[in-house]
Amino acid sequence: MAKVEKLNEKITFRTEGLTKDYVTGETVVQALRGVTLEIPEGDMVVLLGPSGSGKSTFLNIIGGLDSPTSGEVYFKKDKLSDYSEQQLTQFRRHNVGFVFQAYNLVPSLTALENVALVTDISLNPIPPIEAMEAVNLGDRARHFPSQLSGGEQQRVAIARAIAKRPEILLCDEPTGALDSETGIVVLKALQDVNKKYGTTTIIITHNAAIANMADRVIYFGDGQVVDMKVIGNPCSVEEISW
Amino acid sequence: MIETLNKKLVRDLWNIKGQILAIIMVMACGIATFIMSFGVIDSLTLSRDVYYDRYQFANIFAQLKRAPQGIKQQVLDIPGVSAVEMRVVFGVTIQVDDMMEPASGKLISLPDGRVPLLNNIYLRSGRMLLPDEDDAILSSEAFAMAHGFSLGDKVSMVINGHRRALKIVGIVLSPEYVYSLGPGAIFPDDKRFGIFWMSQRALEAAVDMDGAFNDISIRMDRGANGENIKQELDIVLKPYGGLIAYDRSEQMSNWFVQNEMDQLRVMGFFAPVIFLAVSAFLINVVMTRQVATQRVQIGMLKAVGYTNGEISRHYLKMVLLVVVFGSIIGVGSGVWLGAGMTNMYTQFFHFPILKFSFSTEVMIFAVLFCTVSAVIGTLMAIRQAAILPPAEAMRPESPTSFRRTLLERIGAEKFFSYLFRIVIRHVERRPVRTLFSTVGVGLSMSILIFAFFMEDSIDYMMAVQFDMAQREDINLGFVEPRAIGALEEIRLMPGVIKAEPMRSVAVFLKSEHYAKRAAIMGLRPLPDLHRILDRDLKVAPVPPEGLALSSKLAEVLHVEVGDMLIAEVLEDRRPVLKIRVAEIVEEFIGLSAFMDMDQLNRHLNEGTVITGVSLMVDPLWNGPLFQKIKDIPAIAVMTILKKAREIFRDLMAENIMKMVVINVIFASLISFGVIYNTARIALSERGRELASLRVLGLTKGEVAYILFGEMIVIILMAIPVGLYLGYLMVLGMAQSMDTELFRIPVIIDKDTYGLSVIIVVVSAVLSFYLVWRQVDNIDLVSAQKGVE
Ligand SMILES: Nc1ncnc2c1ncn2[C@@H]1O[C@H](COP(=O)(O)OP(=O)(O)O)[C@@H](O)[C@H]1O
Ligand SMILES: [Mg+2]
Repeated sequence: MAKVEKLNEKITFRTEGLTKDYVTGETVVQALRGVTLEIPEGDMVVLLGPSGSGKSTFLNIIGGLDSPTSGEVYFKKDKLSDYSEQQLTQFRRHNVGFVFQAYNLVPSLTALENVALVTDISLNPIPPIEAMEAVNLGDRARHFPSQLSGGEQQRVAIARAIAKRPEILLCDEPTGALDSETGIVVLKALQDVNKKYGTTTIIITHNAAIANMADRVIYFGDGQVVDMKVIGNPCSVEEISW
Repeated sequence: MIETLNKKLVRDLWNIKGQILAIIMVMACGIATFIMSFGVIDSLTLSRDVYYDRYQFANIFAQLKRAPQGIKQQVLDIPGVSAVEMRVVFGVTIQVDDMMEPASGKLISLPDGRVPLLNNIYLRSGRMLLPDEDDAILSSEAFAMAHGFSLGDKVSMVINGHRRALKIVGIVLSPEYVYSLGPGAIFPDDKRFGIFWMSQRALEAAVDMDGAFNDISIRMDRGANGENIKQELDIVLKPYGGLIAYDRSEQMSNWFVQNEMDQLRVMGFFAPVIFLAVSAFLINVVMTRQVATQRVQIGMLKAVGYTNGEISRHYLKMVLLVVVFGSIIGVGSGVWLGAGMTNMYTQFFHFPILKFSFSTEVMIFAVLFCTVSAVIGTLMAIRQAAILPPAEAMRPESPTSFRRTLLERIGAEKFFSYLFRIVIRHVERRPVRTLFSTVGVGLSMSILIFAFFMEDSIDYMMAVQFDMAQREDINLGFVEPRAIGALEEIRLMPGVIKAEPMRSVAVFLKSEHYAKRAAIMGLRPLPDLHRILDRDLKVAPVPPEGLALSSKLAEVLHVEVGDMLIAEVLEDRRPVLKIRVAEIVEEFIGLSAFMDMDQLNRHLNEGTVITGVSLMVDPLWNGPLFQKIKDIPAIAVMTILKKAREIFRDLMAENIMKMVVINVIFASLISFGVIYNTARIALSERGRELASLRVLGLTKGEVAYILFGEMIVIILMAIPVGLYLGYLMVLGMAQSMDTELFRIPVIIDKDTYGLSVIIVVVSAVLSFYLVWRQVDNIDLVSAQKGVE
């Protein structure tokens, strides 16, 4: 019974034997050593694992920012690992929303303009101000990043990521630079988006407690998937203990 | 669309507005000098071509002693000759009330009752002459204006020994006299040299030239062989005392106009190249820095789906926006400067109309030139932005690696403080940028040297010319050679302290296939007034045997001391002499050959005759002396050297000052642009490090030392570079001005070097101050986050 259900489930990402080597000078770092997994559509997935275990590398590859050394990545039916650079750009442009640990807002643009930066090039975006309102920052739209707190900046980054109505939201330690209270606000925003739009969301974190809010938790270690848990009934952000 | 990215672009540029402004100004200088030079060349070319064409400026010219008009057919029979005009041209002296000394002039005949076929005149005001009108003249506009003459005024002149008062009925211009030099003059002096046109019959009568002429102009068929025509014409005219025929390239007025345009063309090429190269370097530095500081932003933009093309275009737009501003300012100031320069030319060049106009091609080319240089300058930076892998871009950059410096490798570091070592490491870390900055500062210094050298050289030239060589106060020239007795008469005139004779003869000098028209000047063996200088500018005696040739003439004729020259005398019986070159002498003006006077007269088989006298006079007696001279019809030309020097000085002072001011502005913009930008970039790159050093307890002074030390080292290295480049530019300029009429000695005063260095240092101090204010404003805590 469970097996049938599995087959019916739509898969957003599927990787097979994914490896990634970084060559610097004479040393080779094997960031990924054969990652095979599937991420179903609409799931909220948390990636856990020690620093240097290859989480960011994995996220960058499935987000089309980087290509694997070997192995395959499928986005739905398409073989992402065969995409040309142009195709990857189009994939990022129309399908992926990124949230980075360092927010990466453009300092010379206001919060609203940072969102508009992305809606300018999307096919079917939410109006930037609505995206701002979705992260409860409608009143700070005209502020420059330097006038916002870290949590606010990260929420602008989320607004920017969701404004294009992406199918996938990829977040690399979105709360890494934030205190726990602010972190909760940010995660709440992510969870809302996931619930509201059914966006497949992948979040990297160091905080195991955050894992409780996910549908699925994947544990990375030394460039490999060491464990995976499917959580039947994820709790809401407020219930997480830090 | 990508409007938001455009907003970012504008704000990013605004954020570094100081640097951008500096670049815009340097760019604007490049465009401005281009538009100015080529606009002026265009304007001169247009005025000249239209003028020559509409007023039938002749192709070939010759002067002769006297020939009957009947030989016209002989000239017309020369193949390729399509029109001939024969005229009487006669030198006169003019008495004008506003000057003590007489002015000299030229009377030119105009055919009665018809329009001249060649060298027609342009009537500015009044009317043309009526046929056979014998008391009326047309006056050159420049002379009339210089003396405030208007229509109906009478000019008193001595024509062939007779005093006449002639009425000005028309004010005119001629394509033959766009630029005019009086006899013996080295620059135009409209007050002391005038050109007048008179009825041919009236002039023939006045100078005993009935049915004869002494000046001929020819128009040749398109594509005809000018050399042939000249040779044939010389043969026809030889029995009539014909001087050697010449074409437009040797026609004085045309030569000067052409020469000026050639020089403008050189400047119009080199100045923009310098400015645009410097601005390309500056925009390269700024854009490289922009891309480096926006590394993470670029990564983010790519991560969210901006294409490489969109990102390159974004940075390209930044560059183009700068180019747009540079172009607007450059075109505007180019037009302004060009109009000013054209206006300056109207002082020297008399065209019916000379207005600054430039073609759209010039403008398009200037802007294109600027755009291409700026884009080339930023190509690397933009490419870097385009190829930056996004995942990589967003990783924090690893600390910059430093090498042990050259100083350390050779073990000299122990002599330097710890702070100085930091400075040197930065200088060495970016050798290419250091090199370009050094060259940039050096260039600005060289432009300053170039700006100031003109004055040094002209001062020097004047000092050599008037204090060493031509020490006489007055030069008198006779209408015809006279017996030596004339010298005694002149010696007795009021106020004359010393008088020395001169015997000058027109010759055609030849050596193998090189030939040149020149004058041999016969002097006493040891003249005290009109002296000759050897190549070291030491006073030299006139050689007892043979010719002393000016170095330029020797160069033109390709001869050296000891070579034999053929000298065809262009007077009277026209003997052909063989003379040895005995010495090479130095002269900055003209093409002279000197010879012992008695020897010259012996060669010419004449008694002791003279053609002029140099005088040293007591200025208190000038009034009576000038009065006396005006009354001697045999004196055709009188040159007061002190006056000449004064006028030259005023003329030069005014025009050179303008050029100096403009060049100083240009050079300051370059040095400021380079130094400010480099210092500002240093602050941007190292703000964080400097703030940390402050936190660690370094004083502001020490931080300033580290920040500006790099620039100071660059400026120190730039000084010798600049001085050398300046010397090269001066040498190039001197070479481009080295013509048969004029040489500019390469003289650079120590003051010029000093002032150039000082101006660069001042602009450095100003740049440091502006950058330092930004350092001062940074509070140490936020500085830790980096300055941008
Ligand atoms: N661009 C790169 N060049 C060299 N090594 C890299 C690069 N990116 C990541 N690595 C290395 O790959 C390994 C995995 O890194 P990463 O995926 O960032 O781990 P995590 O995100 O789990 O902390 C680390 O050892 C890291 O140093
Ligand atoms: Mg990571």
